[in-house]
Parts: sequence; C-alpha cells; structure tokens
Amino acid sequence: METITAASGTTSLTWLLIALPLAGALILLGTGRVTNKWGHLLGVATIAGSFGVAVALWLNLLSKPSEDRAVRQFLFTWLDLGRFKVDVAFQLDQLSMAFVLLITGVGLLIHIYAVGYMKGDDGRRRFFGYLNLFVAAMLLLVLADSYALLYVGWEGVGLASYLLIGYYQTRDTAGPAAKKAFVVNRVGDIGMSVAIMLMFAAFGTVTFQGVFAAAPGASSAMVNGIGFMLLLAACGKSAQFPLQSWLLDAMEGPTPVSALIHAATMVTAGVYLIARSNPIFDLAPTAQMAVIIVGLITLLAGGIIASAKDDIKKALAGSTMSAIGYMMLAVGLGPTGYVFAIAFLLAHGFFKAGLFLGAGSVMHGMNDQVNMRRFGGLRSVMAITTATFGLGYLAIIGIPPLAGYFTKDLIIESAMARNPIIGGLAVIGAGLTAFYMSRIFFMTFIGKKRWTEDVHPHESPWSMTVPMLVLAVGSVASGYLLMRNNTLEKWLEPVTGFVEPAGSVAPAVMTGISLAAVAVGIVAAILLYLRRDVPQVAPEKVSFLVVAARKDLFGDAFNEAVFMRPGQWLTRSLVWVDNKVIDGAVNGVAASLGGLSARARRIQTGYTRSYSLVMLSGALLVLVLLAIVGR
Amino acid sequence: MMGLPAATQGLFPVPQLEYQNLAPVLIVLAAALLGVLVEAFLPRTARFRAQLVVTFGGLLIALAALFFAGNTDGVIAEGAIAWDGPARFLQGLILVLSFVAFLLFTDRKIDPGRDAFAPRVSAVPGSAEEQSLTEKLVQQTEVYPLALFSVSGMLLFPAANDLLMMFVALEVLSLPLYLLAGMARRRRLLSQEAALKYFLLGAYSSAFFLFGSAMIYGYANSLRFSEIAAATSSQSASEGLLLVGIGLISVGLLFKIGAAPFHEWTPDVYQGAPTVITAFMAATTKVAAFGALVRIFYVAFGPVREQWLPLISVISAVTMLVGVIFALTQREMKRMLAYSSIAHAGFLLTGVVALSQKGVSAILFYLVAYGFATIGAFGIVTLVRDGAGEASDLSAWAGLGKRSPGVAALFSLFLLSMAGIPLTAGFPAKFAVFSAAAASGASWLVIVGVIASAIAGFFYVRIIVLMFFTDPQDDNTTVAIPSLATAISLAVCAGVTIVLGVLPQIGLEVADRASLFIR
Repeated sequence: METITAASGTTSLTWLLIALPLAGALILLGTGRVTNKWGHLLGVATIAGSFGVAVALWLNLLSKPSEDRAVRQFLFTWLDLGRFKVDVAFQLDQLSMAFVLLITGVGLLIHIYAVGYMKGDDGRRRFFGYLNLFVAAMLLLVLADSYALLYVGWEGVGLASYLLIGYYQTRDTAGPAAKKAFVVNRVGDIGMSVAIMLMFAAFGTVTFQGVFAAAPGASSAMVNGIGFMLLLAACGKSAQFPLQSWLLDAMEGPTPVSALIHAATMVTAGVYLIARSNPIFDLAPTAQMAVIIVGLITLLAGGIIASAKDDIKKALAGSTMSAIGYMMLAVGLGPTGYVFAIAFLLAHGFFKAGLFLGAGSVMHGMNDQVNMRRFGGLRSVMAITTATFGLGYLAIIGIPPLAGYFTKDLIIESAMARNPIIGGLAVIGAGLTAFYMSRIFFMTFIGKKRWTEDVHPHESPWSMTVPMLVLAVGSVASGYLLMRNNTLEKWLEPVTGFVEPAGSVAPAVMTGISLAAVAVGIVAAILLYLRRDVPQVAPEKVSFLVVAARKDLFGDAFNEAVFMRPGQWLTRSLVWVDNKVIDGAVNGVAASLGGLSARARRIQTGYTRSYSLVMLSGALLVLVLLAIVGR
Repeated sequence: MMGLPAATQGLFPVPQLEYQNLAPVLIVLAAALLGVLVEAFLPRTARFRAQLVVTFGGLLIALAALFFAGNTDGVIAEGAIAWDGPARFLQGLILVLSFVAFLLFTDRKIDPGRDAFAPRVSAVPGSAEEQSLTEKLVQQTEVYPLALFSVSGMLLFPAANDLLMMFVALEVLSLPLYLLAGMARRRRLLSQEAALKYFLLGAYSSAFFLFGSAMIYGYANSLRFSEIAAATSSQSASEGLLLVGIGLISVGLLFKIGAAPFHEWTPDVYQGAPTVITAFMAATTKVAAFGALVRIFYVAFGPVREQWLPLISVISAVTMLVGVIFALTQREMKRMLAYSSIAHAGFLLTGVVALSQKGVSAILFYLVAYGFATIGAFGIVTLVRDGAGEASDLSAWAGLGKRSPGVAALFSLFLLSMAGIPLTAGFPAKFAVFSAAAASGASWLVIVGVIASAIAGFFYVRIIVLMFFTDPQDDNTTVAIPSLATAISLAVCAGVTIVLGVLPQIGLEVADRASLFIR
C-alpha cells in the first residue's frame, strides 16, 4: 500500500479543479438571462482553467518519486457524530489524476465544440450550466477520498445526465428517455448505498484508506457482498447488463452530451469504481468472476445491438456499451487487467468522443437526421469529418499502430491468459466491433448518396472541426504514448498493482488471431454494405437475431419483467395497504377513542370537549404506564 | 442592599438579581411595554414605524445583551433561573427565530387588505363595521407588543430552574399566543375558533402542570430542580406522589410540544391562526418547550430515569407514527405541516430518551434545523393565494413549479430538510438524534423512527411531485410578490437550511459546547 501525504504547494490547488466548473454552473444557472450573451464562453473558460490546474498538478506529480505521489487534501469535516465521521477531502493519486486529465481535457474540447453545435439554441446558457455542473460532479466522483463523498459525485453526474438527456424539452421522446435513465440508475444506486452501509457496518469507516486497510480482516462473505453491491452500482452507471437499456435512449440528448457523458466519461465511472476498489475485489474472487461475466455479456450484446441499428447515434451507443464491456472484463481480471482497462478507457475517451463529435458534425450538415440509410457518400462534402471519423473508426477496431491496437489487444491477451473461453469470446467481440464500425463508416461516408431531397450537407465550422482534429490525433497517438515503455503500468502500479499476464499463447500469435477476426468483420461489412445497395427503408424480412438486436436484445422487455412489473405490483399493493390497512387503522383508532365509528371524523374536525376527553384519557394512560413501570 | 434603610433589611430579604444575565429577558419585556405605550399614545399612522423600531430594535439589543452576558455557568436569581449552555443557546435561537418570523409579520404587499391581521379583532366577522374598516385599509399593530410578551416568556421557559418559574414562563408565553391565534384577517371564524380552542385546552393543560407541581412539592418539599433530584435519591418520601407528579407535569409539557395523545389542538390552531403567527409559534414554542422539557427531565427527574424512560419512549414512538400517518391523508397544506410538526416532536423526543450529553446537543441542533425550515415553509404558504386568500388546498399547489419555479424550489428545499434528505440541515439533525438514541440503547425506538421517516418522506416528496410534475388544475392560484422583509426572511431560512446541510459541523460543534446542564 502506498503512502498518502497531505497536500501542499501545487497539490493544494486540487480543490480548484472542482471549484471552477462548480462556480461556472452556479453563475450560469443562477443569473438568468443576464449572462445569455457570454455565458457559453464562461462555461468554456472554467473548464479551460480546470484543465490548466490539472496539467500543473500532473507535472507536479511527475516530479516526485512514484510511491510518494498520492496526496490528500482535507477541506473540512462534514459530519462528526462519534463513530460516524465524514470528511470532505480529496485524494489525488495516479488513478484519479488520469481521470482528471481525461475529464478536463476531453471536457474542454467538447465544450468548445458545443459552442458551435448549440449556436442558435435558445437555451445555450442553460446547456453550458448543466455541462459545467456535470464536469464538477464527475471530478468530485474521481477525487473523493471516501465512498460517501464519491456517492455525492455519483448522484451529481446522474442529475446532470438526467437534465441533459431531457434537454430538448419540446421532443416527446426526450422526457421518457430522461426518466428511464433516472429510474434504471436508481436500481444501480441501491447497490451503491447498500455497499456503503455494509462497509460502515463491517469496518466502521467509509474512507478508501480505512476500508482497504480493514478489508483483509473481514469475512469472505462480507467482502463478496460488498463486491456484488459495487458491481450492481457500476452496472447502472456504466450501462452494463442487466441495466444497459437506458444508454440507447439517452441518445435523445444533444450530441456533445452523448460524446462527453455517455461515451467518454460518466459511463466509465463504473470501471473507475471497480478499479478504485481493487483491494476489495482482489479479496473477492466470486464477485470478480461476476464482473468478468457481466463484461463479456455486455461486450457481445452491445456489439450485436450496434450491428443492427440504423440510427447513427444508437449504433455508436451500442458500441460504447460493448467497449465498456471490455473494460469491465479487464478490471474483472484483477491486477493483470486494471492497467489495461484504464489504458483502453483513456484511449476510448479519445476515439469515442471523436466518433460522436463526427456523428454530430454529420447531423449538423444533414438537418439533424440520424438514419444512416439516408446518408452515404458524405466523404465528398465533409472531408475533415470523414478523415477524423475514419481515424476514430480504425482506432476502435484495433488497426496497428492506432490507439485501439495498443490497448484492446492487451485486454484480449490477458483474457486469453486467464481462460481460453473468456479470451475466445473477447476475440469474437473484436470481430463484431470491426463489423459494426465498418458498417457505420460505409453507410455514412462511402457508397451511393441516399440523401433526402431537402438536405444540403456541408462541412461544420472550425469550432467543431478543431476539437475533432485534436481528438483524432489522440485516437492515433494515445495508445502508443500510453503503452510505450510501459509508461502507464509504471504510473498506475502504486495504486492498482500490476501483474504481467502469463499466457500460453505468444503475444504475436494473439495479435494475429485478433487481427484475423477484425479482417473477417471488415470483409463481411464490405460484402453486405459496399457490394450491395443499402435499402433506404429497413427491410422487414430479417432473421430473428436482427429483430432481437433492433429491439435492444429485448432489454426493455427484461426490465419490464424484472423491475417494472414487480415495482408496479409493489406500488399497487402499497396503495392498497394505504387505502385499506392504514386508513382503516387510522379510522379504527379514532373510532375506538370516540366510542362511535360514525363520529370518527368529528374527532378530527372538531369539538374542544372531545379533544379534552382524549387529553384526559392520555393523562390517565400516562399515569397507568408510570404506575406499572414504577412498581 | 446598600440603598435600603437598615430597619427594613430583616423584614424583606432583598433578592439578589444578576441583571447582566437577565438582561435579554428584561429588554424584550421592556420593548413589549414600550410597544403598549406606542399603541396607547401615538397616532395610528405613526404606530407601524414606531413598532418596527421598538420590536426589531428590542430583539437586536436583547441579542447583543445575550452575547455580552458572559459564559460562566451558574444558578442565578436566587436559584430560580439557570444560566448554562442550553439556556444561552436556546435564548439565542428563540431571539433569532423570532426576528426572522417577525419579518413575515411586516409584509403589507401580499394581501390586498395589506397586512395579515384583522383590522379590529373585536369586530363581528362579516359585520358592516368590519367591512368599512377593511375598505378604509385600517391596519392594527397590537401584534408586535403581544408577540414580544410571548417571546419574553419563551426566553424564560428553557432557563427556568424551579417549577414555579417554569409555570410563570409557560403562562407568559402562552396567553399572548392565544390572542394572536385569533387575529387572522381572512377566515376569521376559523381563526377565532382556533384561538378559543387553544385557550381552553391550554388552560386545561396548565392545570395538569400546576397540579403536578403541587404533587412534587408534596414529595420533595421544594420546587427547585436540584432539590427535587436530591430528594429522589434520599428515598424518604412516598413514591406515589413523585410518579403522579412526573405524570401530570409531563402532560402539561407534552401538550406544549404537541406530542400524542396531547396533540389534537395542533392542526386546528395551526390552520386557524394567521399563517405568519403559525410560523412564529410553530418554530419558537417548540424550541422553548423542548428546552424546558429536557431540563426538567434531565435535571430534576434524571435520577429516577427508569421510572419515566419507558413512558417517554412510548410517547415518542406514538407521536412519530401519529404525526406521519395522519399527515398522509391531509388535503390542506397548513394541516399537513401541523402533523409534520407533530412528527418532529416525536423525532425530538428520541433525543430526550437518549438521556446523554450527545442527546442534548442533538436536540439543540435539531431545533435549529426544524425552526428555520418551519418558518420558511409557512412563509411560502403565505405567498400562494387564490381569490379568497391563501390557497390552502393541496390541489391549488399543483403545477406550481412551472409557474413559479423559484418559490416551488424554495418550498421543496424546506420540505426536503423536514424529510431529512442529505445536504439539507434536516439530515444531520435526524441522524444526530437517532444516533444519540441508538448509543443509549433505544434501538427499537430508532427503528420506529426510521420507519416513520420513510413514511414522512413519502408525503413530503408527494408535494414536490405535485408542484413539479402535475399539471395545474385551475388558474385561480397566484403567487404573490412578497415585500423585501419577507424575501429576507425566506432567504435566511433557506441559507441556514443549506449551510447547516453542507457544513453541519459548524452547528454541531456549537451545540456540543452548549449541551451541559447546570444542576
């Protein structure tokens, strides 16, 4: 376990990371129309400031020896009630630093992009207020030094996500989508709160340091229980099976939101939670196995869903689910996987954000259409978007030497080292990824033009293309920069530990196998979507798998059966209890006091004499009770 | 004693009074008397301004006097009054809460008839006299001295160190409240009914208190709390007198805090009284009465705790459940808030059951959280109106969030605090009383409390849902633009609720330091 020192010097600026965007959110949401004109610029400026602080902190950490990098900044004691004590304090270590750089860096690019994308929207100031609120909450989530404070950030990002999914209030579909995300996330939050209560009951503390120090002494049932509850929480926030269904509907939000919250940052909070809780999961093999299974199911399910969606954003959302499935699989592998999970997470932050911004750029030029069956041939009019999207596409499917190759392949290798079945499924996932991403790219940018009559596609303004270009550079280079000379392994090792995966298959062979899978995927996509014409209307006569995939693999039906119907049944029975039992009891008590049920309501509405009668009976009861106890 | 002739010294023992420590009470009393003079001698047009100066000036000077009165604990005024942490804390809290509530009194913008009080209380409701007074926009200002008299009693109540002083304080605080409850400008019959009911039942409960005091005197041969405590440990007198005395005194005090089964006046009086008066008395009476209740049970009856702990535990549980269950079915906002305040009395009683220093500090903190949220909530109730005055029925509040998001958000904040949701003051308050009770072994009571909190959460959140997610049913409801004073009052309440929610440690530390009773 590494040592954690108190923040001083540069690191005492940690609080500013959160304070800047929070102040931005308060000003933007609190001032009303006054700030309409320049509010969005303030929103960008606070994130830029935060990013500047993050870089300064990072350089400062780099200058120290690796085991002395973690610092804790104590702000104040929030609650001190004897045994139960919660501080507001931040823990800045290598893991949170990586997330802080990702959140502020990608966040800054997407804020800049949104200036152009939301131009002409009446609520642009409110939109930037919500975005700033999100960044502040997300930073709180990754900087918290205890599960209690993490929970505050956890709920904060949930709130911001809810507000932003429902941002287009005039759309009929936005409201239900926001509600769905809200409700599904509550199911996950139950896991979070139960986990915190279990920790408090078992260890008497909820700080990371305290819990991790005490965890080895706890029973295996307790550690596994906490692990399962944390996994449930992670499934809700990271859209993992069985709580995945909200993410596809969440695409109702503005595209910069999909890029920032529902691709690059918030949905990876579950991965962060499990990577952060690594000392618990390393003690809980059963829970760890569950993490692997959840990751595998989701990475395959997400790939299948993404392969059948015609809505470009929903196809990318399926891809996000699948990619996070890879990360979950990796964190489930334990010390061999944590570093690779974070590496893929960081690289994914670049290319998935870039892909979403590319999709937003396409929508911007195509009158906000999302149906890929009416796209095609866009490369001729949108050169920059095609190039940046194309680089993101090559990166995510793992073409060397782009980011996905360096990061995803390592996950597949470690999975194979653990178990050939796990590894095999991960390889199939890689093939699926190649297929659906090729499908998206071909249907949108290549092939014949299938545009509707009224569109005049054009390239987006520089405020949108510049962030896309920067992200494309990241998609190309981040993998190499992170993995070269084991940079990230050395950086994260003090927090998460690292064990070299010892597989029976040589790395070069593994790379060959996964590249072959990728080739199969691409070829299949070429045969289906380049050699043949893409119908402008989705075909009706399709196989069961496509039907299932179009329906999100019956995720909604699952939710309905498992959560909604029991929930409705519970509410209904509670209402019944309220009507029959509680009202009945209330009436019954009142009636027996008054002596006559017909006068039950009068006791409530009225006479001083009956009130005094009740008081007198009460006084007599008091005396009787005292007499019984006093004897 | 210096100034008296030598001959009288033996005949009249001159009491030694610590004027410095008594100053807050005396200043408020003096301000009240000055207010009476203002009513008697100034022309009607000048009275309002003069009363404002006297009332708010008096409260501020009293606060300053309290601040400079010194922190040395001791028994003062010949043993009749205790000067200790809880007394000072509660006196300060009562002064601040009164100040904030009085700001609501001054509003002359909300109602078309200007302020919230009847132009002449003696005028028959609906009579021609009343009509002409209303048309002439006649305003009366007697509420200010009356309320100040009540405040002086409240200041004395939690500091009283013998039963007689406690009884005097009880009456001084109650009598003006009975009058104030009857002064509503609108729905006057309801208001007068509430006043009479409150008076009759209040007198009835005072009789219990006085009778109980007599029993205790018979048992301990003294009314002083410390001597009662000493008598209980000497085991000489008859146990029966003590038990009957404890029982009857409990009835008197439990009536004041609105605990079941002595709560039934609460919804009627809270509903009938002018809403600003309800805000004032719901907050401050509960603070004062809990101060007195805790002192008497900790100091005088502390040694015989086994005798009364089961009783107070049962009453606490019953009060919580009665409050939340009856609140579930209310259709009227003020009655709902009344039942909610009954439930809070139950939650606070769990802190009494804790019978520890942690319990006292938890109660003190809870009273701060409860007091400000209550004034804030009733303050909002005065703003939401229809043609006939305040829109009291819950249906009128539907969709308020769409028309007046600010007012609805503020009301939600106060409701969330009452429900005990984190990041509002209500959460650490409830957590503190429950953990104090659990630490003292009253786990079953804490379980009942958590269940009651869950039920309570349901009806608080129901109103928030009603405001934000339900479409308005009619368009009669309007939200009045308040005066600056009302706005300041609401802002203070919201500020305290948020600050103590985000940084509860500030309040908890002050409460911790003030939690030791002098014996």
